[in-house]
Amino acid sequence: MFEAKGSSVILDGPDEYGHFGPYGGIFVGETLIAAIEELTATYSELSSNEEFWREFDNELKYYVGRPSPLYFAESLSNACGGAKIYLKREDLNHTGAHKVNNTIGQALLAKHMGKTRIIAETGAGQHGVASATVAARLGLECCVYMGAEDIVRQAPNVYRMKLLGANVVAVDSGSRTLKDAMNEALRDWATNVDNTYYIIGTVAGPHPYPKIVRDFQCVIGREARAQSKEQLGRLPDVLIACVGGGSNAIGLFYPFLSDEQVLMYGVEAGGKGLETGEHAAPLNEGTPGVLHGNRTYLMTDSGGQIMETHSVSAGLDYPGVGPEHAWLKDNKRVNYVAVTDTEAIQAFHKLTRLEGIIPALESSHAIAYGIELAATMDGSKCLIINLSGRGDKDIETIAKIEGIEL
Amino acid sequence: MNRIRKVTLKAKEEGRKLLIPYLVAGDPNLSITVDLMNELVKDGADIIELGIPFSDPSSDGPVIQRGVERALARGTTLEEILQVVSRFRCGNSVTPIVLMGYLNPIEIMGYELFAQLSSEVGVDGVLVVDMPPAESANLKHLLQEASIEMIYLVAPTTSHVRANTIARYSSGYLYYVSLKGVTGAALTDLESVASSIKILRELTDLPIVIGFGIKDADSAREMSELAEGVVIGSSLVEEIAKLAGKEQISNTEITATTELIRESRKAIDN
Repeated sequence: MFEAKGSSVILDGPDEYGHFGPYGGIFVGETLIAAIEELTATYSELSSNEEFWREFDNELKYYVGRPSPLYFAESLSNACGGAKIYLKREDLNHTGAHKVNNTIGQALLAKHMGKTRIIAETGAGQHGVASATVAARLGLECCVYMGAEDIVRQAPNVYRMKLLGANVVAVDSGSRTLKDAMNEALRDWATNVDNTYYIIGTVAGPHPYPKIVRDFQCVIGREARAQSKEQLGRLPDVLIACVGGGSNAIGLFYPFLSDEQVLMYGVEAGGKGLETGEHAAPLNEGTPGVLHGNRTYLMTDSGGQIMETHSVSAGLDYPGVGPEHAWLKDNKRVNYVAVTDTEAIQAFHKLTRLEGIIPALESSHAIAYGIELAATMDGSKCLIINLSGRGDKDIETIAKIEGIEL
Repeated sequence: MNRIRKVTLKAKEEGRKLLIPYLVAGDPNLSITVDLMNELVKDGADIIELGIPFSDPSSDGPVIQRGVERALARGTTLEEILQVVSRFRCGNSVTPIVLMGYLNPIEIMGYELFAQLSSEVGVDGVLVVDMPPAESANLKHLLQEASIEMIYLVAPTTSHVRANTIARYSSGYLYYVSLKGVTGAALTDLESVASSIKILRELTDLPIVIGFGIKDADSAREMSELAEGVVIGSSLVEEIAKLAGKEQISNTEITATTELIRESRKAIDN
């Protein structure tokens, strides 16, 4: 479907075994294979059924509130003095982030499969909230695994999940963040595989998750493409999105992959700086390896142990990345860059003050890079930044960093 | 002939069930690991499964997770674990060693180097819990060239068709996971294990061993009656945990740690 520049590889993954080039695949314990095969079969049947997609679209329209606007950030653009900056407003979705696009879709799958219980892992809490939300609506039991450290830094979201009726389990093993929450969710799934559906929140995990989550998140890019044509009269010049696992980024990028003139930037968490080693930027600094069901770029040491990562943003604080991003990196279709905690926080303030929009710290990474890039570009150029979530959940973190007691 | 084949053939001839303890290499340190391995052989272990610690053991329950954390706290590496096998081999050329773990440490070392070093130090089998047959052709090929068996798991959720594929892919022995869940969980349903093993038995001539829910000598005996042998992991790791943090560990303490294996041997043989 897309011929990468300087490469003969066709970027139309995954293959039937879930491989994106050398990445992806199915690397899980045998107990989970049957559940994965069941999911693959269900998805293959439902995704070729128009009725299923009508149901999905209907949910997105009336429950989530889509389409989300493509907003021209005029003040921010003027302040940068370069390209015109447009924001894809995923922060305006019900529950406040792009995560709900995926949980709506996967909850429909769970319902079709007759599962009575859903589980999820969460970092920033956005995916946990989005999962608890759909579970409440469908009357499913919901259990959310969250690293003990993340529970502290994302307290408002923890309480939201509890209000929605979810059981939030603190994970105390390992680095006590997102990766450990995912380990615990995998253990739960293996134990309760008969009645439980695991809603993975990003484009990682064993096949078919990276494909399923991408398909559900692609609504972002499809809308942005149509909105660009309508509002700009053409396609944008540049797309920018933050990358933790990479679901908002792939959602925006995928429908544009064959538009060769559209440049794409995935922004990883540079933490305290790539040179310090304290970051969460596997595409910039990592090595291919295997974690959580797939082969991809990882933050791993020379002995193959997964390293602890650092980011001010809990949602980006993950040592791996979706396998399709690994492939897009190798094929040079997407440029992967990194932004530090400090730069992200500056962007957080800038957008808040100039546009009256409080962005999530995750999305602030994309804003930071977008601001920098826009300033170097001509005023006739347009770039779209995916504003993947709103920042209400982060105000305590920001206040704490700035020594303010709320 | 590969040591696993020798041992399993001999056990079959003698009507003896295989007793396979699992321990995490480097828990609480590498030198104790060698002592424990030697002790386990004296206790009647037929094969030893040596766990390669990995930071994200998503198929393991809390007991083995903590064992892995203890080993990693000392910075235990795969290279060092292979040296442990080499040291064990200086005094023991008969007992098969199976390395069991997750893929990433092997992936980062590189399959070729891993197969070569494993062969040099005297590893007999490899079981990678998160590497199903469909993903393991390259590694399996390299191990096969080095005369090392690649062992796979069959779970209660595994379909008949798939079990057939795994049985044909596996060599050395077939490891039946006795429950839905992680290592160290409580096993409740002996009957369903019996019927699964019966089905599996028709698919393969390989020895079948049962693991994941075996707590004590009694459950070891009950399970061993259903198959060719049993794996005891979490309960042993729980005993090993008591050695953590000690400055000096005496031979008496080592002997006390593996008592469960001696008792299981007795229970299985009677």
